Amino acid sequence: MSIDGPPAKDVHGPEHPQSVGYTRARKTVFHQDGPPFQLAAGGRLAPVEVEYETYGALNPARDNAVFICHALTGDAHAAGWDEAPDGPLKAFRGKKPGWWDDMVGPGKPIDTRRFFVVCANVLGSCYGTTGPMSLNPATGRPYGLAFPVVTVADWAALGFKLLDHLGVDRLHAAVGGSMGGQQALEMALAQPDRVANLIILSAGFRLGAQGLAFNAVARYSIINDSGFKNGDYYGGPGPLAGLSTARMLAHITYLSEESLGHKFGRRLQGKDKPDFTPVGVEFEVESYLQHQAGSFVARYDANSYLYMTRAVDYYDASTWGDGDLTRAAARLKARSLVASFSSDWLYPPELCRELVSAMCRAGRAVTYVDIPSRYGHDAFLVETETVSRLIRGFLRP
Amino acid sequence: MTRPDRPDHTAPSLGELRAFAAYNLDVSLAAKAHEILTSKAAHEILSARAAPAQAGRRWQDQVIMDEVPRGASVLDLGCGEGELLSQLIRRLAVRAQGVELDPLAVLKTIDRGVPVLNIDLDHGLVDFADQSFDYVILESTLQTLKNPLAVLREMLRVGRRGIVAFPNFGHWRVRFDLAVRGRMPVTPELPYGWHDTPNIHLFTLADFLDWCLVNEVTVEQSFGLVEGRLKAGLSPTDNLVVEEALIFLERAPGSRPGPPAEASP
Repeated sequence: MSIDGPPAKDVHGPEHPQSVGYTRARKTVFHQDGPPFQLAAGGRLAPVEVEYETYGALNPARDNAVFICHALTGDAHAAGWDEAPDGPLKAFRGKKPGWWDDMVGPGKPIDTRRFFVVCANVLGSCYGTTGPMSLNPATGRPYGLAFPVVTVADWAALGFKLLDHLGVDRLHAAVGGSMGGQQALEMALAQPDRVANLIILSAGFRLGAQGLAFNAVARYSIINDSGFKNGDYYGGPGPLAGLSTARMLAHITYLSEESLGHKFGRRLQGKDKPDFTPVGVEFEVESYLQHQAGSFVARYDANSYLYMTRAVDYYDASTWGDGDLTRAAARLKARSLVASFSSDWLYPPELCRELVSAMCRAGRAVTYVDIPSRYGHDAFLVETETVSRLIRGFLRP
Repeated sequence: MTRPDRPDHTAPSLGELRAFAAYNLDVSLAAKAHEILTSKAAHEILSARAAPAQAGRRWQDQVIMDEVPRGASVLDLGCGEGELLSQLIRRLAVRAQGVELDPLAVLKTIDRGVPVLNIDLDHGLVDFADQSFDYVILESTLQTLKNPLAVLREMLRVGRRGIVAFPNFGHWRVRFDLAVRGRMPVTPELPYGWHDTPNIHLFTLADFLDWCLVNEVTVEQSFGLVEGRLKAGLSPTDNLVVEEALIFLERAPGSRPGPPAEASP
C-alpha cells in the first residue's frame, strides 16, 4: 500500500534488460460530451480524465491484457522509469521505478513480452485521474468536497471504459493488492465474462471494523486540522499536520509489531541517552514515521485521502449477493488466486479466507495461499520472491 | 547413512521369524515372509529408504485414474504437489480442487495449474458445500491428522464418494518390528523414525473396516498392495498381508443424510 515502502533489493535501472525502460503516462478523457458518468453512490461527473500507463503490446487476438490495480495512495506508474518526472512526484519518481517494478517487465512474473499490461490511476486520486484537486468545470476552481463520492464499483466501471478504449474485450487477468485487490475483485464480479484470471493479494471482500476505525482516525485528523478549511485549501498549505498524522497511523497499520521491532527496536535516534523531552524526537521509529509523513504530504492531496479511504470503507463484495457472499462469489467465472500474509492485521488471513470459503461454497475452483511473513500488510510489496513465484506459477498455464 | 535410532532393514533371521510366527500362529506365512524378505528384490526395496513413499503412491494414483469417470469433480485432501489432480485434469477433464498444508508443495501445485487451498485440514472443511464433489480423496493423509474422524465425516459430507489410501499398520512386517524386535516399525511404506514420523494416528486395515461398519459407511471397492502386487477386494483377513490399502467409500444407502454418527471403532 505504501508506494514508498522499503526499497527493492535489486532496483532495475531503465537500461536493465528486465526493466520496461522509460515510461510516459497517457491520458484519455471520457464524458466530455453527452451524459455525465453516473456514479454508484448517486453522484455524476463530467468530464472524466483517466491517467494510465501500458507496457508490452496487445496481441492480434486481443486476449493478452493484464489490468493492474494500484493500492490506496498508488498511481498508474507501475513499472519502469518516468521519462520526465514533474510536479509533486518529481523528486520521488526520479529516485525510484514504478511501484510494482519487481513484478512487471520483460521476463518478470507479469511478463511484458507476453502480456499487454495496463495500470490506471483511480477516480478521486490526485495522480492524473480526475479527483477533488481537479478543476470543477462549474466553478473553474478545484472540486474540493464538491467532488462526488466515488466507490470501488466506479473504478471497475471506469477500468472497463478504458479497456474498451484500448480495444480490450476480455482481460487475461485482473491483478491487485490491498485496495487494488478489491478493485480487481469488483471487476471480476461486475463483468465476469471479461476477466479470465483474478489475482487478489492482501485484500478481503471488505474491510473489518478495525480497518474502518483506522480510516476514521485518519480522516478525523485531516478534517480537524485548521488548514483543512472544509476541503477548500488549495490556495494555501492545506491540512499538512492532519495528513501527516493520517499517514503515520496508516503506515503503522501497513507494518507489524515484528517488522517494526526488527527494523528499529527501541533504538534512540542518533544518541545514546534520551533527552527527556516530551515533545522532541527520541526514538528511531518516531523519526522514521516523521520522515515517511513528510515525504508523503509533499506528494499527496488530503481530500483525495478522504475519498480513497471512504471508497475502501464502503466496499463490500457481498452486495453482489444481497449480503450473501457465496451468492456473490457464484457470479465469478475467473480462475482465482487469493494470497494473504500471516502478519497482516489490516486484511488478516481469516478475512481473506472468508472470500475463499465463499468461492469454494459457490463451487468455484480457487487457489489460496497464506504466506508466512513478518512484514504485515506491506508484505505483498515486500515479499517479492514469494509473490513472484506465486504469480509466475499461476499465470503460467 | 545409518542412524542409531533407526532400525535397519536387514532381513530377520529364521529364529526371529519363528518367534513372530508364534505370535501369529501361522508358520506357513512366516516362512513365506522369510522367503520374500531374503530375496534379492526385497533387499533392493528395503535398502531404498527414501524412495518408497514416492514409488508407493503410483499404484493408488493408477487405480484412482481407472475408477474416476471423465468429467467428475474431485477434491484431493492433502494433494501434495498436485501430481494426481494434474493427471486427472489432463486425462479425464475433472473439475479439480486440491488442499495442502505444506507451502512449498502448494507452490508446486500452482505451477501445475491445479487450484489448491493452503489450509489446515485439522481446522475442518467449512469451505465446501454438502455433496459438492463426486470424489473426495485422502491419500496417505488420514494417519497424519489430529482429528482423523472429523475429517472422514467431513469427507462424506462434502463428497458423494470418499477414497482413502493409507499404510496398513497391521501388516506382518510392522507387527514383526514391534512384537519381536521391540522397535517401532520402519518399513518401505513407513520409512520414518518414531520421533520424526508425520503419522500420528496409527491404524490397521481391520480398524478402518470396523469404523466403516460402525458408522454405516459402505466399502464400495477396496484395493491393497500385497507382496508388491495389486489385490482387489479386501477383507479383514487381509490385515496381515496388505502393505497399503485403497478404499472407496460411500455412505450406506438409507443412512442419515447428514454426516455419519460420531463413533469410533
